[in-house]
Amino acid sequence: MKLINKVFTGLAMTAMAAGAAQASTLDDVKAAGELKCVVTTGLAGFAAPNAAGKWEGFDVDFCRAVAAAVLGDGDKVKFVPSTGKTRFTLLNSGEGDILFRNTTETFSRDVDLKLTFLPVNYYDGQGFMVPTALGVASASELDGASVCIQTGTTTELNLADYFRSNGISYEPVPIETNEEAYTNYVAGRCDVYTTDASGLAATRAKFENPADHMVLPEIISKEPLGGAVRHGDDQWADIAKWVVNALIAAEEMGITSANVAELGAAAGNNPGINRMLGTEGSYGEMLGLDAAWAARAIAQGGNYGEIFDRNIGPDTPLGIARGLNAQWKDGGILYAAPLR
Amino acid sequence: MTEQTYAPGTHPDLPPPSNTVGPIHWLQVNLFSNIPNTIVSLVAIYLLAISIPAAIDWLFLKATYVGETRNDCARDGACWAFIGERLQLFIYGFYPEAERWRVDLSAIMLAVAIAAVLWERMPARGWMLIYAAVYPFIAGWLLTGGMGLTPVDTNDFGGVMLTVVIGITGIAFSLPIGILLALGRQSNLPIIKYFSIGFIEFIRGVPLITLLFVASTMLSYFLPPGSNFDLLLRVLIMVTLFASAYMAEVIRGGLQALPKGQKEAADSLGLNYWQAMRLIILPQALTISIPGIVNTFIGLYKDTSLVIIIGLLDVLGVGRASVSDTAWVGLSTEVYLFVAVFFFITCFGMARYSLHLENKLHTGHKH
Amino acid sequence: MSNTNPLLKAWYDKETRSVIVQVIAMAVILGFFAYIINNAIINLATLGKDINFNFLWQPASYDINQHLIEYDSRSSHFTATVVGLINTVLIAIAGIILATILGFILGVMRLSNNWLTQKIAYVYIEFVRNVPVLIHILLVHGIMVNTLPRPKQSVNFGDTFFLNNRGFQSPSPDFQPLFWVVAGVFVGAIIFAFLFSRYAKKVQDETGKHYPVALINLFAIIVVPAIVYFLLGSPIAWEVPALKGFNFKGGMVIRPEFIALWLALSLYTAAFIGEIVRSGIMAVSHGQSEASHALGVSSGRTLSLVVIPQALRVIVPPLTSQYLNLTKNSSLAIAIGYMDVVATIGGISLNQTGREMECMMIVMAIYLTLSLLISSGMNWYNNRIKLVER
Repeated sequence: MKLINKVFTGLAMTAMAAGAAQASTLDDVKAAGELKCVVTTGLAGFAAPNAAGKWEGFDVDFCRAVAAAVLGDGDKVKFVPSTGKTRFTLLNSGEGDILFRNTTETFSRDVDLKLTFLPVNYYDGQGFMVPTALGVASASELDGASVCIQTGTTTELNLADYFRSNGISYEPVPIETNEEAYTNYVAGRCDVYTTDASGLAATRAKFENPADHMVLPEIISKEPLGGAVRHGDDQWADIAKWVVNALIAAEEMGITSANVAELGAAAGNNPGINRMLGTEGSYGEMLGLDAAWAARAIAQGGNYGEIFDRNIGPDTPLGIARGLNAQWKDGGILYAAPLR
Repeated sequence: MTEQTYAPGTHPDLPPPSNTVGPIHWLQVNLFSNIPNTIVSLVAIYLLAISIPAAIDWLFLKATYVGETRNDCARDGACWAFIGERLQLFIYGFYPEAERWRVDLSAIMLAVAIAAVLWERMPARGWMLIYAAVYPFIAGWLLTGGMGLTPVDTNDFGGVMLTVVIGITGIAFSLPIGILLALGRQSNLPIIKYFSIGFIEFIRGVPLITLLFVASTMLSYFLPPGSNFDLLLRVLIMVTLFASAYMAEVIRGGLQALPKGQKEAADSLGLNYWQAMRLIILPQALTISIPGIVNTFIGLYKDTSLVIIIGLLDVLGVGRASVSDTAWVGLSTEVYLFVAVFFFITCFGMARYSLHLENKLHTGHKH
Repeated sequence: MSNTNPLLKAWYDKETRSVIVQVIAMAVILGFFAYIINNAIINLATLGKDINFNFLWQPASYDINQHLIEYDSRSSHFTATVVGLINTVLIAIAGIILATILGFILGVMRLSNNWLTQKIAYVYIEFVRNVPVLIHILLVHGIMVNTLPRPKQSVNFGDTFFLNNRGFQSPSPDFQPLFWVVAGVFVGAIIFAFLFSRYAKKVQDETGKHYPVALINLFAIIVVPAIVYFLLGSPIAWEVPALKGFNFKGGMVIRPEFIALWLALSLYTAAFIGEIVRSGIMAVSHGQSEASHALGVSSGRTLSLVVIPQALRVIVPPLTSQYLNLTKNSSLAIAIGYMDVVATIGGISLNQTGREMECMMIVMAIYLTLSLLISSGMNWYNNRIKLVER
């Protein structure tokens, strides 16, 4: 007994020595020399390890941009894979510093789960995918179907609401991860797979013959997806928030990974660009970073449009059009707060 | 023909009557001794006759051993090509390829350590036992790196390697903790006694996955603000504590089986508590509990598969993740059978060894 | 060395020493708990969280596929917990029953003098118990989902029972008022059987007169209610499942998740129970059955009156821990999506509300209570069959 206690206390002491007095997240990240970023266990296009084991994807690029802004190196990221169920606990318990896991911003997550949401980086909505052979044309024909859902997501709640309000019955088949949902859907355990439309596109792209499966026209929910950090560290939340804003604004201003070095070398004629790239004003210092924070974030993976096109855009297997996610000037609703 | 004669006592043994030897007789006694027995045998033979050829067909004859995707596999046979392609992943998980010699080296050293513990006539056994005792720490250094070796993140541990790491750590540390808990439960000091009872009964009353869940997500709430330590380490601690509660109960059984006279004799020789325990009580109690201890080891080893629930990819986890590979859809049966055979070989080996040990230590006191 | 040092003297005094050791132990234990609780309080405060069970009365907002009580997405988290608890208890009871039956069969097979059955049982037991239960669960579930046909190609048993990868569909009973009469007769018959056995035993003890108790009771419990049932015109309407759209409508369905978990847990635990039964029967000395035979008692009665009662004393304690293991192992349901208590309150509710502490406390409390109930039930039974020594 005493031994166990000793072990416990010993461990706790070691941990305490390591943690010292509670530091700010920024200091923790700098001290650790790496950013712990909570992502999915694997969703093609958003976050998945490639054949060489390197993480790639839309969410991953946002993690790397934050790491580049804070640590100066977009590779200094430790990816913490999470299921829909474990992601918030991982963030809140300090396993991760930031969360980029196609996560919907909702009231209860913001207020009750004590998260601080970053600006929306992907406007999504929940849809349904069915095998084409079933001959279903609309979600209203799904009465009595078995539906695979990822538990612990908002999709589970939307689904219950949607079927309830339309008076349709269904059998929920709860699944932990996207991969398992895929396996069950292929095996025919469920007729329908439901998740965010982007996730459906990613899953559908994995099929040998994507035409055998179709996404139904109904989008049953608003899913503004974004990153999140813990409540209680405003400085850290500000950094993350403005990195995302900077990437979106960079596209609007025409700053790309190709020209960022040139534009950031000296102050030019566009004060907006100068402010963002740190050649004018002291916005970096206000955040607790240096002047070139945004320039590094953009140089890492390019602006929002570049990240989108590289990972999930029309030329990728996912083939998602910009749609709502176009800049406000181009008919979308991406509208970054101004940096001034 | 002349009749051969023998002096008394020199006649060679005659062969036994033909109806008491040979396969026919064996069948008669063992399978067809009476009518119910015959019926049972016939039913069993029939069932085996239809299931075994089908199983062999599926498992081996119609199976595919080489291939690139699911489509290369025959539909009516097992698809082992998949396992072959993934073998590296099954063994090493995501351990960096350039550093895998370290895993191999620790595996060889583990084999030596196990041999030292199990093989009593090993040369220089005393030294070898010390080596076995420090082995977990050497292996820990080898696998995680640091001090001259490239550090490897424990996130990259996986497959058979992770299973063995958790299993061996649990086995190595649960026995001493279990002994202390068992002694604590038998103690005359009420506080220590009730603490032990409370601890043992709590751990035994809840499923391991709830404890693993606490370890993976909630433990940091109980640590000083801002601190954190490695997920694998937390899992190892939980698995060890879990196994030690069961171990404590097995050892308590051994302690209770000893006659009181043993302790009284030790007391009358003037031995103090720890001397009595170390020299008189524990050697006997542990010998009695060997089957139970090995069973607990096997149980712990099998329980390592539960870590997939919290996202660690042990050999089962790697298999499960592979099942959802798009190129190899619908192969769950092959994967799970492969993992099952892996566990069977290791666990059955342990069980056989325990039986052997039991027989060897069975010194004739048993009634 | 001075033996007069009061501290040293105190240390050599057994009583004092035990007090000192305990005070230190107490301080360490309390200090440790105070330390981690204090940490938890600080950490929760930093996050702006508290420990609060009010969320239990909020609507759960998710659906559960298998619910034996009224439940929909507007029900509270508390109801969801109860639904999960019922599912856990259901799988535990079903598993314990099947595992016990299979286990006894395996145990008897192991001792059979038929070489073939003995070896089959041996191979089965050794293979099954050396493979983790989670693999059994995943394997059975994988086989069910991947190899059973889809609903349209269901295996059809006379248009009333259907088997497919959505589960086993069977007709569901619709009880009409008269059915409760049958139910009443059935309960009455059980009470009668109980009283009659006691009466018969008393008569036999006093006069040696022997009634065919088993036969009469069987008649009372099964035949009499059956006759009443048919006399009243079969007052149960069966609702037969029929394929409509995607799935079968009407009737009852046992989902593949339940079947997989049930079979896997039972088959796994049965292997252990088989060994327990075997060693229990072997523990009864040969002299006992020989003595019984010498008294002219038949083989069947020797088994039921002499061997089994003695074997049970050896069997029951390890059997209890197998029952406990089965119940705890049912928490692995989460791996295949069976909605037990870990999946509802410890899974979805926990995630939707973010109240890890509260939810895990509830889950652990539930398992501790279940463990306690099973152990005390089995202890009570064990005490009943225990050898009464002088």
